[in-house]
Amino acid sequence: MPTNEAQLQGPAVEVTGLECGYDDTVILKDVSFTVARGEIFFVIGGSGCGKSTLLRHLVGLNPPRQGEVKFLGAPFSAADAATRRAQQKNFGLLFQSGALWSSLTLRQNVALPLEEYTTLNRREIAELAALKLGQVGLAGYEDYFPAEISGGMKKRAGLARALALDPAILFFDEPSAGLDPVTSRKLDELIVEIRELFGTTIVVVSHELASIYDIADRVIMLEKQAQGIVAEGAPKALATTSNDPRVKEFLTRGTGRIPH
Amino acid sequence: MSDLTEQLPPRVSVRTDVAGLEVALSGVWRITDARPSWSELVGVNRPTRVKVQMEAVEKWDSSLLLFVFEIQEACRASGAYCDVSAVPAKVRTLLGQLAASHNSSVPFDRTDSFLTGVGNATVDAWSKAKEIMQFVGECVLSGARLVRLPHKFRWKDCIDEMQQCGAMSLPIVSLISFLVGVIMAYQAAVQLRQFGADIYVADLVGLAVVREMGPMMAAIVLAGRTGAAFAATLGNMKANEEIDALSALGISPVDFLVMPRIVALGLMMPLLALYANGVGIMGGMVVASIVLEIPPTAYWIETQSIVDLSDVGTGLFKALTFGLLIGLSGCLRGLQAERSAMGVGRAATSAVVTAILLIIVSNTFFAVAFNILGV
Repeated sequence: MPTNEAQLQGPAVEVTGLECGYDDTVILKDVSFTVARGEIFFVIGGSGCGKSTLLRHLVGLNPPRQGEVKFLGAPFSAADAATRRAQQKNFGLLFQSGALWSSLTLRQNVALPLEEYTTLNRREIAELAALKLGQVGLAGYEDYFPAEISGGMKKRAGLARALALDPAILFFDEPSAGLDPVTSRKLDELIVEIRELFGTTIVVVSHELASIYDIADRVIMLEKQAQGIVAEGAPKALATTSNDPRVKEFLTRGTGRIPH
Repeated sequence: MSDLTEQLPPRVSVRTDVAGLEVALSGVWRITDARPSWSELVGVNRPTRVKVQMEAVEKWDSSLLLFVFEIQEACRASGAYCDVSAVPAKVRTLLGQLAASHNSSVPFDRTDSFLTGVGNATVDAWSKAKEIMQFVGECVLSGARLVRLPHKFRWKDCIDEMQQCGAMSLPIVSLISFLVGVIMAYQAAVQLRQFGADIYVADLVGLAVVREMGPMMAAIVLAGRTGAAFAATLGNMKANEEIDALSALGISPVDFLVMPRIVALGLMMPLLALYANGVGIMGGMVVASIVLEIPPTAYWIETQSIVDLSDVGTGLFKALTFGLLIGLSGCLRGLQAERSAMGVGRAATSAVVTAILLIIVSNTFFAVAFNILGV
């Protein structure tokens, strides 16, 4: 939660020459980009272009085949295990389905990172967990189990868990997937609110055009054949000025016009 | 400089003036770092007025909120006035939210009364019994359809399952059966040697393995290996709505998923038991030849003289029954699984427990029945 302007210098995420893939398959090559602090940054592209793969490599779930990832100026992908663990406190991750631990209540789900990384007492942890759940609009659901709530609520609870340690960077994997347009828009509003309130840097993997136009400051577009970034910039500017037919087609749904 | 190294600790300076205590916060407040304690800072003093300032704070998060909230709570308890007007509006908003969650942070009670518990358990037991009966009924009907329309049966799946539960189980079944043969031969050798009846080790091992231990050990291995796998696979498919997708298409999940598995186990179990019998007898033979110095040929002739086709037949019939029971309990528990990771785990455990229970109970039933029938 940086409040001092001097702290806002330097990128929050810095990716240089990243090569992503599994086993012998290369999915993305030579991916380089930076995300400024406090920015809402979207990674966009069609299905199967490697958006989620990129995210998994960014947060360290898969090791990069080549290249480097830095968070807040410090090396992450190339760092030793202890440094990586310290860095992991700096970012939160919201998985596509929320990925809540099914045997724990929502409060316990949010409390687990706090128990793991802080020295707070049980009462404070319970209060903070309730606060985070309240912030995502789940006040009163603290003692429900994930199986007892809807998909949208699971996603919001996952967000509360990702917010537990007040991370400087938040990653979202397809936040709108499986949500109705209204719930999806509310989640978008929540993302903006989190940025306004805490100055959090937000990286979203999505192909939801409505969200992209509504909240993204800047996007990079990945493409399957190119195995990398084909465009970078503000979404509306890209849609109107890009000469790349792939970018134009994606951002206008093939109609040539920015969808309303 | 990275954020990891540039952090200053959270600091609090307390100044007393005529109006009361002025608390100035500074430094970097991170939830993952230790924060000062208000009660330690003020000690036994009971200020009547506290003013909180945070202009010099470089970074803050929930850690600072908790500290200011602690001051507010302490003031509330001592009847002092806590002035937070100097802190930014968004901190005040968050403090308001924290106060609200403070009041709501008592977990609600999920426990039922004793009578409700008994009632729920009874209803649950009845519905489970109905589910089991319904499932067995559906399997029987599906079996009838298989006999009537064998070309509609999913033979490909069945053969895959046969490979999985039959051929792939051979190593573990070999090891267990061999060791069971060895153990029994040792036990028998110690006792029979006292009477000079060494050669009867072959009789004891042969009969016990063929009638009881061969089929039973193979069944227990398969219950753990294949029964659990069936439950986990079907449980996971249920969680992924794959089973609903079948039902929505009008395809019976029992025909599509359960029957190929049960048929595969029913066919493979007798073969595995036959194999287990052979390996078990071999285990006994090895012990007899090393410990009792009985030549393998003599051991084999003695085994042949005592084990007849009806012994092998009863063993194989049991194995067939065990196979069907393992398949039924694995598939039933899988289909009953809750739609969660925990549910799948519970289904797998429950499948193994149910299968082993059914194996032992049915074996007891067979022991009594065969005794009465004289086979």
